[in-house]
Amino acid sequence: MSNVIEEFEDEFEDDEDIDEGKFLTFTVGDESYGLEIIYVTEILGIQKITEVPELPEYVRGIVSLRGQIIPVIDIRLKFKKPFREYDEKTCIIVVEIQDISVGIIVDAVLEVVTIQTEEIVPPPDINEGYGRKYIRGIGVISNEVKLLLDCNKLLNNDEIQDLEQQRIDM
Amino acid sequence: MASQYVNDPMLEVFIFETSQQLEQVEQSVLETETLETYPTDTINEIFRIMHTIKSSAAMMLFNNISILSHTTEDLFYFIREDKPQNIDMIMLSDLVLESIDFMKLEMGKIKNGDKADGDPQIIIGKIKEHLSILKEVNNLTDSAKTNDEPVKEQYYITSNRLSKSIDKKTYKVIVTFDEDCGMENIRAFTVIHNLKDITDEIKSIPEDVINDVDSVEIIKKDGFIIFIKTDESEEKLQTFFKTMAFIENVDLQEFDNVAENENAGNKILLDENEIKIPQIKEAKSVSENEIQSTNSHQSQSMISVSVEKLDRLMNLVGEMVISESMVTQNPDLKGLVLNNFNKSARQLKKITDELQDMVMSIRMVPLGPTFIKMNRIVRDISKKLNKDIALNIQGEDTEVDKNIIEQISDPLMHLVRNSADHGIEAPEIRFLQGKQKTGTITLEAKNAGGEVLIIIKDDGKGLNKEGIMKKAMENGLVGEELEAMSDQDIFNLIFLPGFSTKELVTEFSGRGVGMDVVAKNIESIGGNILVESIEGKGTTITLKIPLTLAIIEGMNIRVGQSCYTLPIMAIKETFIPKANEIFKDPNNHEMIMIRGQCYPILRLHECFKIKTGANNIEEGILIMLEGESQTFCIFADELMGEQEVVVKNLPKYISSMKKINGLAGCTLLGDGNISLILDVNGLSSKSRMIN
Repeated sequence: MSNVIEEFEDEFEDDEDIDEGKFLTFTVGDESYGLEIIYVTEILGIQKITEVPELPEYVRGIVSLRGQIIPVIDIRLKFKKPFREYDEKTCIIVVEIQDISVGIIVDAVLEVVTIQTEEIVPPPDINEGYGRKYIRGIGVISNEVKLLLDCNKLLNNDEIQDLEQQRIDM
Repeated sequence: MASQYVNDPMLEVFIFETSQQLEQVEQSVLETETLETYPTDTINEIFRIMHTIKSSAAMMLFNNISILSHTTEDLFYFIREDKPQNIDMIMLSDLVLESIDFMKLEMGKIKNGDKADGDPQIIIGKIKEHLSILKEVNNLTDSAKTNDEPVKEQYYITSNRLSKSIDKKTYKVIVTFDEDCGMENIRAFTVIHNLKDITDEIKSIPEDVINDVDSVEIIKKDGFIIFIKTDESEEKLQTFFKTMAFIENVDLQEFDNVAENENAGNKILLDENEIKIPQIKEAKSVSENEIQSTNSHQSQSMISVSVEKLDRLMNLVGEMVISESMVTQNPDLKGLVLNNFNKSARQLKKITDELQDMVMSIRMVPLGPTFIKMNRIVRDISKKLNKDIALNIQGEDTEVDKNIIEQISDPLMHLVRNSADHGIEAPEIRFLQGKQKTGTITLEAKNAGGEVLIIIKDDGKGLNKEGIMKKAMENGLVGEELEAMSDQDIFNLIFLPGFSTKELVTEFSGRGVGMDVVAKNIESIGGNILVESIEGKGTTITLKIPLTLAIIEGMNIRVGQSCYTLPIMAIKETFIPKANEIFKDPNNHEMIMIRGQCYPILRLHECFKIKTGANNIEEGILIMLEGESQTFCIFADELMGEQEVVVKNLPKYISSMKKINGLAGCTLLGDGNISLILDVNGLSSKSRMIN
């Protein structure tokens, strides 16, 4: 595990220009996903998460990252998939967008790949699947399909209203 | 984030100093406007500060500020020099305050990185008009002066030397720059550069102003001494120097021959006394007024630090305190006998504690300036509404955390405004009611344990209980329970959103937004508000605020696997209950009777949906908490001990998602785990919701 992390950290030292088109890939269940590397600040192994009450289930709680408190969300639960116990392969990918840092719990981290823009196709237009709206494209690399996530949408709290609505309905 | 703000250190200093100076002028004006005429000190002060602002603004190329301060300076120059009688003090104060407001506005723009694009022409016009009126009036009583334009600067002219010879003459010129213009050597260089247009023979002391590092000091001390050979007349030279920026004083003397030029070194010593006199005067008056960081000769005993840096220091110290306990309470050390280690660890603890105290004390600032700002509000309102209001300030030395000051200044302003606007009656009414014509608003601060009390008291008409109840009913803020409410509860209704006894809307307050914002602001820093009022006698509003946001004395408690921290201040007592002491009301809410008082019980594991943990009331512990509006007990598994904790906010992602009632933040524990800090008032509202 630690080797993998070191490897990634080397990659992070590169210039941002070089990061263009680079994606960190990880698996959730059978699918592999990709996140633009410029948003990724760190990868952590799973650690003790402090639960915070009254939050949607997918927000697992908060962890301390060298004194900085960051929330962690479980991408499985976010995509309405069944919860899976965390093991030694489970990783927290820390992403930062607009000064907001969030840890994303994934089943396992794979590698960093370069996907050219022309190899990315927009997702097919089907309205099924809860997680679909977080996919911004599908990348193909050596015959493997990577679902590329839209970080902004992923961290956007647009379902708060949904939650509020649910409560009123209840 | 930070880069949005000011980056340029020069600009930063400019903003800092100018804001401070504006504040100072404002206070001086407010203090003295009730007098018949400005005391000489005040006039000098305003004049000097305006002069300073003019120069520094011009240097930073903020022309509108510079022009306006220049006009104000002119006005006060006239007042200072000619001592006119019959000054319309109110008019004058208004003008000065208006100029200050304009400059403050522009400063705000500059601070935010916007362009300072306000147009001061209207105010300038007013000031000029006022100046000419003053002059006219003054001429009626004292016809000595008829100058249209006052002489701008003081020059030491040796009057018997008006020579008109066209022969080249040698002049010795001692130029003193504005004390605070900064970069004297560059200014000197500019002078020489400009002089080259009118003469070809120049010699200066110090000779090389740009490359000689000491030149600044020399110029500051002795003035900039130039020998020039020119065929221009003395008047022309005078005019020439007048036109240049930042020159405070020009001493122009004719030299008979070049030989004397060579002897100049000795002469300087003699001449020095001449110019030193005004310099010393100037310096003295500066030192009277607190921090003026421009006198760089003296080693500075004060520095200004950006709050951002302090915050980071604070965070680091917080981290260090935690790391320290992580080391000294490391589980690996358990059971080992480590005498030397313990000794060193104690030493380390002592130092970190001291360091923490020190950092905290750096962040503590007195409430005084915030209080003094209220003078202006009271003045404006009393003038506008023709009320007679005195503001009485007490305990302004009380210190609180810088962050808290920022948070309370708006609410405070609002409350004072309310008191002045709604509380204090018009003088006629006060007279009819047998009160003193002048209403009094008292602003008081005092320490009370770990909290600071800020009390805003007025002797006005007080709150109208019936009016509030009626209004609350109309707006549907309360229902039937109104009958049973205590006075306290009724007064607290004014802090609900959308509440305003609308009959009172004026320019200053009463739009119904405000009191709820006040309450929210105070609550957000962990404080609370108490209202007491007697109709016809006045209202007292007490703000209870914590000394600091950053560190609290906490009691850690455990519920299941989770750890929570309670502020020690809120805990009244803890005890292990017996099952038979607990009873339930018809709605199945648990209560406990202690010493004849009934308290509701809030089970933390239920309210936060924690799966594990004690369910049987005898297995856990009850903690009695005193909230703002009620005292209640919470049920937890066990107490884990006291600790000073550094309060951290919940991450933005979570706080933007939802405001969790009952959580104030989080903190890192000695073992590196995170504990959630409970908010007693939030919990209390929760317990009420359940009950």
